[in-house]
Amino acid sequence: MPLSVQETEVKNPPVSRPPLDPHLKALENEAIHIFREVAAEFEKPVMLYSIGKDSSVLLHLARKAFYPGRVPFPLLHVDTTWKFREMIEFRDQIAEKYDLDLVVHTNPRGAEEGITPFSHGSALYTDIMKTEALRQALDAGGYDAAFGGARRDEEASRAKERIYSFRTPDHKWDPRNQRPELWNIYNGMVRKGESVRAFPLSNWTEVDIWRYIQAEDIPLVPLYYAAERPYVERDGMMILAEDPRLELLPGETVQQGMIRFRTLGCFPLTGAIRSTASNLEEVIAELEIATVSERQGRAIDRDQSGSMEKKKREGYF
Amino acid sequence: MTATATSPSATILPFAEPLKAVRDTRPLRLITCGSVDDGKSTLIGRLLWDTKAVKEDQAATLARDSGSQNDLGLPDFALLLDGLQAEREQGITIDVAYRYFSTDRRSFIVADTPGHEQYTRNMATGASTADLAILLADARAGLLEQTRRHATIAALMGIRQFVLAVNKIDLVHYDKAIFDRISHDFREFALSLGVRQITAIPMSALKGENVVYPAETSMPWYDGPTLVEALELATVRSTQAGGFRLPVQRVVRPGESFRGYQGTVAGGSVKPGDSVVILPSGTVANVSRIVTFDLVRNAAVAGDAITLVLDRQVDVARGDVIVSLDGQPMTGHHFDAQLVSLQPGGIEPGKRYWLKSGSRRQRVAVEPISQLELATGKWQPHASTLAMNAIGKVRLSFEELAVFDAYDQNRSTGAFILIDPDTLNTVAGGMITAKRGEVGGIHRDQGGEGQRVVLSLPADLAEQLMASELFANRRDETEVKRMTAKQAAELFSNAGGDI
Repeated sequence: MPLSVQETEVKNPPVSRPPLDPHLKALENEAIHIFREVAAEFEKPVMLYSIGKDSSVLLHLARKAFYPGRVPFPLLHVDTTWKFREMIEFRDQIAEKYDLDLVVHTNPRGAEEGITPFSHGSALYTDIMKTEALRQALDAGGYDAAFGGARRDEEASRAKERIYSFRTPDHKWDPRNQRPELWNIYNGMVRKGESVRAFPLSNWTEVDIWRYIQAEDIPLVPLYYAAERPYVERDGMMILAEDPRLELLPGETVQQGMIRFRTLGCFPLTGAIRSTASNLEEVIAELEIATVSERQGRAIDRDQSGSMEKKKREGYF
Repeated sequence: MTATATSPSATILPFAEPLKAVRDTRPLRLITCGSVDDGKSTLIGRLLWDTKAVKEDQAATLARDSGSQNDLGLPDFALLLDGLQAEREQGITIDVAYRYFSTDRRSFIVADTPGHEQYTRNMATGASTADLAILLADARAGLLEQTRRHATIAALMGIRQFVLAVNKIDLVHYDKAIFDRISHDFREFALSLGVRQITAIPMSALKGENVVYPAETSMPWYDGPTLVEALELATVRSTQAGGFRLPVQRVVRPGESFRGYQGTVAGGSVKPGDSVVILPSGTVANVSRIVTFDLVRNAAVAGDAITLVLDRQVDVARGDVIVSLDGQPMTGHHFDAQLVSLQPGGIEPGKRYWLKSGSRRQRVAVEPISQLELATGKWQPHASTLAMNAIGKVRLSFEELAVFDAYDQNRSTGAFILIDPDTLNTVAGGMITAKRGEVGGIHRDQGGEGQRVVLSLPADLAEQLMASELFANRRDETEVKRMTAKQAAELFSNAGGDI
């Protein structure tokens, strides 16, 4: 063990930045509190790391929470082997740069049984290569707490998810029987084999995530930014055409265009959007514009009864 | 649509100058209290809709599922909460759902709890973190017992700002007199609970009147704020004024020479050079540094997640509380508290529970004293099991020294949860009211022996006194009767001589 503060400070120590606005600061404080509480109360935590923007924010908050110490738990990446090439490169760079313990797990059934998103359909593929793989990795590591980047605003069913979400030994979630969560006092008592998923970003919205990435200058996989990229159109999606395993179907051609991705997953299942937003400022501007334009549209309509129905007929909804 | 309309994927509109939202406070946390009948789902749906918290895909789902519209040609706002309704059909207990919206001035976190079934438990959970409560009343029905119950629970959980939403005002022909009567009744009741910040708003959530947009045309007599304006103006709770409190979550020792105490400041503020005490041990030290990832820190205030470095080697562990030398919290083995029972098994007298407060977990025995009768607001003696949803006063007895503030002084260091050692489930949420002497009871429990003073005051002065936190905290010990000045004079002429 190194003996002085200088030697033990985390690799690539932080640079001084302007203070966060109180809104983001409050969200950050809450997330750091959750990280520290879980790290203190559980024997073997792990952080699920999916390489996307939410994971990048989660990792940044973990580094802040434990500074000047290292992040005291490993990062777990469930690799389906069908991720974007740039994601894997980014993952390895980040692990090296920030001196992280990275655990990568792939469900061996993928290779043994030749399970691909093309051959088995997205539902079965996802179930085996993501859900089952995650269970395998959590069991193998004996983790009793797993941090995740889920947000309550993502969808209705998440709106009632707890910050400490309890799981049975076979990883089942019983929404009928969730523990009440009052104030910021979290109940971390579990029996052997039981575990919790902990969600430090529960109260963040998508806009908060992007604003925080901007304020804290958090590096992201370049695929979030628009660039001239090859793609094929399939089932109404634009699929990135750079991986030799993508076989063109009859009638498909590789096209070029300015595209980017709003979310990142397995490349055959992740559609791009057309966009010229090639940096963070422009991405945020796109997000805000989409909101503002719709709001303006509604502001005009709100007191003219029937106009909403008209818009609906035009396909607005 | 735009030139990208032919795109096979999601479409982004072209650039324009983006709105720069000002976020000069932390998110305001609020709870909505009311039932489906009061129009709660419609109100929340309307808030999300008119503030554009509803995203395109959600709107599309809404359009698809909502075959019928109401007679305004608008979608059914209650369907915005669709995920929950589906869950309800599957028989899953709905407790608290959290929803998010923002305006250009502020962002909001709404704890959405169902109005009827098990509402005490759910309301207590949602209210525990709320700065403000929106209480819904149907203009046709007026102030119901349910509204009074909700207000009582909200006040008990420490909420000091109420908004009364007098909904469905369109169904009483925008009658100002009806609104005035309901809001007057409510104001009187809220004052008696110790809540002074009260805003009453006449609205139609269905028509969107006075929710986000004002309704001068239909209610020219109302010149107060819309709901969203009232929420934008509300104050966020801060415990920066009291003494410094840092419950220690972890000790960080990356090397031999660095030892830091990590936690979230739960009250007051701290700066290098301050003298602090570590509780429960009582060791004194000085703050040498405040370390955060953002390097320079000259001070930290309530809410900040920090790492504190002291000027000397002292024994500090997780669960300890680092506090300012002046204005220390209470330490002792016996405390009075109020709690809400959260689980079917209830809270059993004499059973030893785990108590968690801040980062500290310790054993405690709980002895029920009385139970709040929500219908009347009166505390009734009750020494047996506090059933689920009961609100009780209890005595807590600790084996090891405990450290607390009163909940009305500090909502962090005065709050706790109880964990059942058998099920490991969270079975109660509680609030410390006072420390008890080591032997005997608190003096006020000694029946008829205590001295009483009967005052006769002008009504407005009495209301101000009753609105104080001091009064509200001991309201169960008082008796209040309203009467005319003449009646009071007669009463006093007949009263005991040594007043």
